[in-house]
Amino acid sequence: MGDIILGVDVGGTFTDLISADLKTGEISIAKVPTSLDNQAFGVLEAVEKADVKLSDVSAISHGTTTTTNALLEQKIARVGLITTQGFRDILELGRRTRPEPYGLKGSFTPLIAREDRLEVNERMDADGEVVTPLDEEMLKEKVRILAEAGAESLVIHFLHSYKNPAHERKALEIAREIWPNEFICAGHMILSEYREYERGTTAAINGAIRPVLDRYISRLQNELTKGRFAHDLLVMQGNGGSISARIVAEAAVNTVMSGPASGVMAAAATTSAAGFKRVLTYDMGGTSTDVGLVLDGVPQVTAELDLEYGLPLHVPMVDVHTIGAGGGSIAFINDAGMLQVGPESAGASPGPICYGRGGREPTITDANLILGRLDPDKLLSVETPVSLADLRGLFEAKIGAPFGMSAEEAATAVLTIANNRMAGAMRMVSLARGHDPRDFALFAFGGAGPLHAAALARELGIPRVLIPAKPGLTNALGCVVSDLRHDFVRTLNIPLASLDIGILRETLLAQMAEGKELIARDGVETEELNFLFSADMQFQGQSHMLSVGISGPDITVEELQRRFDAAYWARFAVELPEIRAVLVNLHTAVIGKRKTLDLRLLAGKAQTDSLQDAERTRRPVMFDGKWQETPIYTRGKLPHDLLLTGPAIIEQLDTTTVIEPGDKVTADDYGNLLVEMSNGRD
Amino acid sequence: MEEIDPITLSVIQNGLVQVCNEMDLAFVRSAFSPVISEALDRSDGIYAAETGELIAQGELGLPIFVGTMQFSTQAVIERAKSVEPGDIFIVNDPYLGGTHLMDVKFVKPFFYKGKLWAWLANTGHWPDLGGSVPGGFSANATEVEQEGLRLPPVKLFKKGELDAEILSIILSNIRIADQRIGDIKAQGAALAIGDARLTDLLNRYGEGLVRDCIKELKIRAASQMKAKIAQIPDGQYRGVAYVDSDGVVDEPLKIDMKITKTGERLEFDMSGSSPPCQGPMNSVIATTKSSIYLAIKHIFPEIPINAGTFEPLIVTEPHGTFLYAKYPRPVSGCAAEVSQRIAEAVFNALVGVIPDLLFAAPAGTSGNLAIGGYDPERKRSYVMYVISGGGYGGYQGSDGLSNGCSTIGISKTTPIEVMEQYYPVLFDEYSLHEGSGGAGEYRGGFGVNYRIRLRRGEARASMVMDHGRYGPLGALGGGDGGLNKVAVIRNGVTYVPPHLSKDQDIRFEVGDAIAVSTPGGGGFGDPYKRDPARVARDVAKGYYTAEEVRERFGVSLDPKAGTVDQAETARLRATKV
Repeated sequence: MGDIILGVDVGGTFTDLISADLKTGEISIAKVPTSLDNQAFGVLEAVEKADVKLSDVSAISHGTTTTTNALLEQKIARVGLITTQGFRDILELGRRTRPEPYGLKGSFTPLIAREDRLEVNERMDADGEVVTPLDEEMLKEKVRILAEAGAESLVIHFLHSYKNPAHERKALEIAREIWPNEFICAGHMILSEYREYERGTTAAINGAIRPVLDRYISRLQNELTKGRFAHDLLVMQGNGGSISARIVAEAAVNTVMSGPASGVMAAAATTSAAGFKRVLTYDMGGTSTDVGLVLDGVPQVTAELDLEYGLPLHVPMVDVHTIGAGGGSIAFINDAGMLQVGPESAGASPGPICYGRGGREPTITDANLILGRLDPDKLLSVETPVSLADLRGLFEAKIGAPFGMSAEEAATAVLTIANNRMAGAMRMVSLARGHDPRDFALFAFGGAGPLHAAALARELGIPRVLIPAKPGLTNALGCVVSDLRHDFVRTLNIPLASLDIGILRETLLAQMAEGKELIARDGVETEELNFLFSADMQFQGQSHMLSVGISGPDITVEELQRRFDAAYWARFAVELPEIRAVLVNLHTAVIGKRKTLDLRLLAGKAQTDSLQDAERTRRPVMFDGKWQETPIYTRGKLPHDLLLTGPAIIEQLDTTTVIEPGDKVTADDYGNLLVEMSNGRD
Repeated sequence: MEEIDPITLSVIQNGLVQVCNEMDLAFVRSAFSPVISEALDRSDGIYAAETGELIAQGELGLPIFVGTMQFSTQAVIERAKSVEPGDIFIVNDPYLGGTHLMDVKFVKPFFYKGKLWAWLANTGHWPDLGGSVPGGFSANATEVEQEGLRLPPVKLFKKGELDAEILSIILSNIRIADQRIGDIKAQGAALAIGDARLTDLLNRYGEGLVRDCIKELKIRAASQMKAKIAQIPDGQYRGVAYVDSDGVVDEPLKIDMKITKTGERLEFDMSGSSPPCQGPMNSVIATTKSSIYLAIKHIFPEIPINAGTFEPLIVTEPHGTFLYAKYPRPVSGCAAEVSQRIAEAVFNALVGVIPDLLFAAPAGTSGNLAIGGYDPERKRSYVMYVISGGGYGGYQGSDGLSNGCSTIGISKTTPIEVMEQYYPVLFDEYSLHEGSGGAGEYRGGFGVNYRIRLRRGEARASMVMDHGRYGPLGALGGGDGGLNKVAVIRNGVTYVPPHLSKDQDIRFEVGDAIAVSTPGGGGFGDPYKRDPARVARDVAKGYYTAEEVRERFGVSLDPKAGTVDQAETARLRATKV
């Protein structure tokens, strides 16, 4: 058999594939349109286009947006809920907020309809002691009612199950006897953390998308088997790791947010190979921008994310923050006569003016085109070409005229304001996580990332920008390099002063054992097992927590205290010896390392030897308000010992990189472009 | 002043708001007061050196602080004898541009190149400032001294050093004092971050340019506000709202809101409102003005906030009413409750005029319940706060949100599992307040029912809520939202507070239960025009009973199938007068 590994990522517009032959070092790639109704077809088309024989493939790692789309479009399974008497409305009432701080409008639709949420007599208290025993007869009756009503999936969610899951376990056992399928889960299995709304919603999400994922994966598996694929199918998760398709549906919720996570995983693999310790990842697409942090090669993980208003997802996920700015963001003049960019977006339809699909509102992409940063002849997905003169006319009329500016000035203004706002949002992302962006390198990818990266880096005081070899295939690369990963969180909530370290030890050992068992069930070949441990801590009385990395089960109370104090100081520059620290949650990530490719292969074979050969043409590009004759290079032809000074535009199939005047560009062994920001400009 | 180019103007505007956002973020992340860290009851801003006028405010601040901090900054400017770098004033005096005592402001002079250039200020809700009841919401205080410690502007930090003597006075007068040092440090550290960031901004763009931009931004905000106001036809409009009682005298308090629109101005005259009251439902003038600003911002959410925004809004000071309280009138209810009634009166006045922008009345109470007691098992005293939401009003095209947060807040409630971990209580129920959504073509959202039992020790309960007597008003023919209800149940006997929504020091013993139902939102438009299929769905979900919808929506349902009985529904709707 062959030794080819595949990474296939399904995005909103394109399905991307990278294949790596671990024996020969051969890399092939493919990009095909995503098949919207069933993503499996696009996957197969990509395999075909890359000319890979499925019988030679040893593993496929697959990133899918099936579950995310199902959730956001509410195309989910009908779920029944069994919960503690008196609390069926928790999932509808939420935690008392509104969608926006100002304006008393907006609505919320719970994932599980009220008539499908039933209660049974049972109650645990906060110490895990039984207050009311589980009424088993009542439970059976309620489960039957839900099954007969036509619910496809069942969720059991009891108060304080993170502390004592006995009632949930018993209820599961009973429900399994009655329920017509295997789509049953209980809150504590998905998340063993306190806060009933967040845990319940996370379990409800799992219940709602599990049947959807299950159907999708079995169809894909069938199709692949028909193509004589006989090995491991892995599915990407939001935690940046993968899981065997065999068991993925059990924790379907973990696949939500897997798209952004795989991009950050690729960034982590690439930048740590290239020797960068602190990296801000910047993925700018058509409607939004995702920002993440990588420290020492490890993507930062969070367990708290709101997918949208009222939809908290509390499972460990790569910490990716989405900003509402993309190439399609619309520029307009508001009532105060101020120029604004976004958050409204022209989206994919009608899209920017230059896509020729009827869009008439000026966007960021259009501004890039007017300023010569994009080549009008090389735009993907254009329907009816719009002439540059028409485009300039619209800019002049809508933005230029009111300010007495030319089309170029208007386009410059749009980019300046868009970059300024994006930089502000990125500062908030890094500061909220306790970091100063000036200590970081910027890893730019996505269709529009490399266009704006230099301007953003300058705005944020970031000294260096990295543009990977294949910026438009970053998510697929994330799939290829992903390891198996399972995360476990448990709430303890004990002040350090009264912590019996034995409990910490037992908890971590139990989480390790559980992880090993799951990896065994994955049934996928791994080279070694790694463990990452962390503790969520706070001072007594606080409600926000700080995640502190710890060495493992042998840590002492003193060391835990020391690490927390240091982390707190690093974040807030505050010392509080007056107040006691509390250990809230313990978290273990179990990682099964897979065999993977040498990233140097991505750099490709020897290309041209000189910069001149790589120069395709020259055209005027506007920098600092002046048209400058700028060389346009073809990325694939750049020499390995590259050294160039901006201005320059570097083009490749899926993205365009802008090098500003004075910035210096080199290439490394991994095919990355490294851009050093010059200090001369500000 | 030279013409400023539009790019620079936008960039400076973003830059100033960014400074405030970074202060907001630092404050909320490191605060101890759960009211700050979870309920986000805090705000940060930049104020003009001479006038104290608002220059910029964080986007994540609590809505009620729109505008109030400029009044307290002005009070500091008037009283400060000398200021030096590193000084921070502390102030919570309600009569000096404040809200209630629990909102503690830190005001810091910002120096640039040795000169006073602006003020940075923030405010955060401390869990306690002493006074007759834990938490500060005394329902029957008659003087501000009963409500807690009142601080005029004093320097808590002098040249960067915390003044240990003033600190000791404060800590000796408040409950749960041991954690306040954490909030003081967090609040001061947030201002230090603002100081550093604002310095960066001035270094980068030049102080002259930033100063010019600030002037221009004020003009722009005023013109933007005027453009919004122009959507309202000229005329005089009247709205009313009632506070159940002041907690001492059991009579409703009336807010009489006359709004006059002429050209680009909106004038607010509340002189016909009730006189000052004995209990704590008085509002200080800063809060009264802020409530109006907030109401307008809820109607036009996209306007930016700086001093210019408020220029076209002319508030006639309502002397002689409970909306302009003077020392020593008690005021603890002003920030959380009266403010929401003032906003409601503004909504009520305008909903018939610009119905597409408005909504029927929201639940409009913070639902403050404080339970203070001693837990014998853990050997400690505690104060537990429950705040809750209620239904929002329906509006053109949509039903109101259920369990939305207070009009003046953006807070999350504390999870039941967290409260049960910290306090000796057990919740029996946390459910949707059925039937509470006001009937309408677009109905109101629903409030919440909850019921708490005491498991150990002894405790006392106090509450300041509202809408116990009158439900949130429906609009354009819609029905009112359901009432707020409170009951204490002991041995099967139910006690209802005489003032319905306000009481204090109710004895709470093991086995006793407190049951609270919060208001629903008002309905919008004629309920008889609501699509009968949607009414049937509401009944299937248990939001209303079949009897209720027959009476309130004129819809008859088949008792077995739950489907609409078209003939009977047509008959019912035809007979409506």
